[in-house]
Amino acid sequence: MHYLRKIKDRSARHVMLGIAVFAVLFLLVIAISLFIKALPIMREKSIWVLLTSGSWRPFKGDFGFLPFILSTLHVSLLAILIALPLSLLTSIYLHTYASRNTRSFFQPFIDVLSGIPSVIYGVWGTLTIVPLIANKIAPNFVEFSSGYSVLAGGMVLAVMILPLLISILLEVFRSIPQEMTDASMQLGATKWQTVKKVVLRKSFPGILAAVVLSVSRAFGETIAVLMVCGNITEIPHSLFDACYPLPALIANNYGEMLSMPSYESALMLAAFLLFIIIVLFNALSRVILVQIEKRYSL
Amino acid sequence: MKNFEEQFFKTLMIVSASIIIGVLVFIIGTIVYKGLPALSWDMITKLPGGGFYLGKEGGVLNAIIGSLYIVGGSLIISIFLSIPVVMFINFYLPAGSAFGNITRFTFDILFGIPSIVYGAFGFALMVYLGIRASLLGGIITVAMLIMPIMMRSLDEVTRLLSRDLPDALLSLGATKYEMIKVILRQLMPGIVTAVLLALGRGIGDAATVLFTAGYTDNIPNALDQPAATLPLSIFFQLGSPVAEVQNRAYASAVILTAVILVLSFAARYFSSRFSKNKL
Repeated sequence: MHYLRKIKDRSARHVMLGIAVFAVLFLLVIAISLFIKALPIMREKSIWVLLTSGSWRPFKGDFGFLPFILSTLHVSLLAILIALPLSLLTSIYLHTYASRNTRSFFQPFIDVLSGIPSVIYGVWGTLTIVPLIANKIAPNFVEFSSGYSVLAGGMVLAVMILPLLISILLEVFRSIPQEMTDASMQLGATKWQTVKKVVLRKSFPGILAAVVLSVSRAFGETIAVLMVCGNITEIPHSLFDACYPLPALIANNYGEMLSMPSYESALMLAAFLLFIIIVLFNALSRVILVQIEKRYSL
Repeated sequence: MKNFEEQFFKTLMIVSASIIIGVLVFIIGTIVYKGLPALSWDMITKLPGGGFYLGKEGGVLNAIIGSLYIVGGSLIISIFLSIPVVMFINFYLPAGSAFGNITRFTFDILFGIPSIVYGAFGFALMVYLGIRASLLGGIITVAMLIMPIMMRSLDEVTRLLSRDLPDALLSLGATKYEMIKVILRQLMPGIVTAVLLALGRGIGDAATVLFTAGYTDNIPNALDQPAATLPLSIFFQLGSPVAEVQNRAYASAVILTAVILVLSFAARYFSSRFSKNKL
């Protein structure tokens, strides 16, 4: 009887270890299989040409990713430009000024914002942001814009990354030792001076990590961006031009293009690029965040 | 001057916090305003009828059931995979072990991978295994997406658990396996929260099922049949030039939003119960 218990324990241990190892290796499996799928196109053309050429004519064998890469960059950077000030101010407010009640009042809003699916943001964007840009904002600057544009993508993405930004920023601020802010306040600094000279300065690496993490979230957003960006294969020259980010390219064309091996491989390369960049960004910011946690929790 | 700056920034902060609340209200308000008029019992209880995509009668029951099947299946897979991993790194490994840290780090990274990449990978895997776009394909791919979510939130509640109970169990002579069976009962509210979070994320995601689950007007009754999903039904109906069909997309969006809201508040309820238990 006793022996049986030991065997049960031992085998449970091994099964669990097996699953854990499998889970860790899974990341590698994804990387390798995407890479293998992307190899054919990289054999055909040098990676440099693929990344820097602006000509995308799959049926003639031209696969230049530049318009898509630039679209992704424009949309994501615009999103972080809009979202960062808003979320910095809000999380400073929640951390330093707000009462406990205000904070617990606010939390559900962030939870719901982060829970709303991408496609709902997309519907909202096409209903409100796109017409707003086409009818109200764009006419002041350019002759014509359909509204499906870099600006629309950036605005919708900004809202989508807000909850992630705020929750990481709050965590970062929380990791600053209370004694430090207390000391500053006791020396006669106002709350805002304490925030400016102590909190923000101390949490700079954490803010950086939050930004990097949110940008990589924006890089990978698919359906919402697909619905509001216009999807025209051109390098966007203004905020009111349509654009075509990488995830939208994959979503629109993958699955139907199995008949053209090089097209499929090119789309897999797009997925591989997204994967590598996002993994690197995530790894970088997670390392920073873990360091912060370690430094202050002791 | 000092006071002016203080006031200025405080006002700015309150303004931005209000903007964020306002945006959320605006989003939900827009969806409800546009969708509610087209929402009817038929939407929820009927399959698409003949000429549904031209604005004729029918509903999106196929998508509702399809989404539930896919998320249900993927939840089962991810529960059975993530609980052992979390238990292993928390109770079998010594605190601060390298393997535990590597596992947590990997799940942080997997959590950040966008759903479109899982979708593309899932599709490539299905082609390799010879599976067509189907319920099974959707379940596998969505499981990849929600695994890291489950695992991270389970790990968080497990780490919050006091060490007294495990220590007491072990000193009474229980094996670790027996100890874990008891602890899992203690962790139940945390597990429910994790499941609800994963459910919300899985049911709303479109990019994972875009290539892998297919789309159909029927309710699938086998794993190898294609399955419709709610986010994709919104997406496809919105692309229609017919106004009635577009209005139905808004109505479907109301359904999805309502589901997400309910899940989100339920998760909050269970996680608050958990933190009460802890004290």
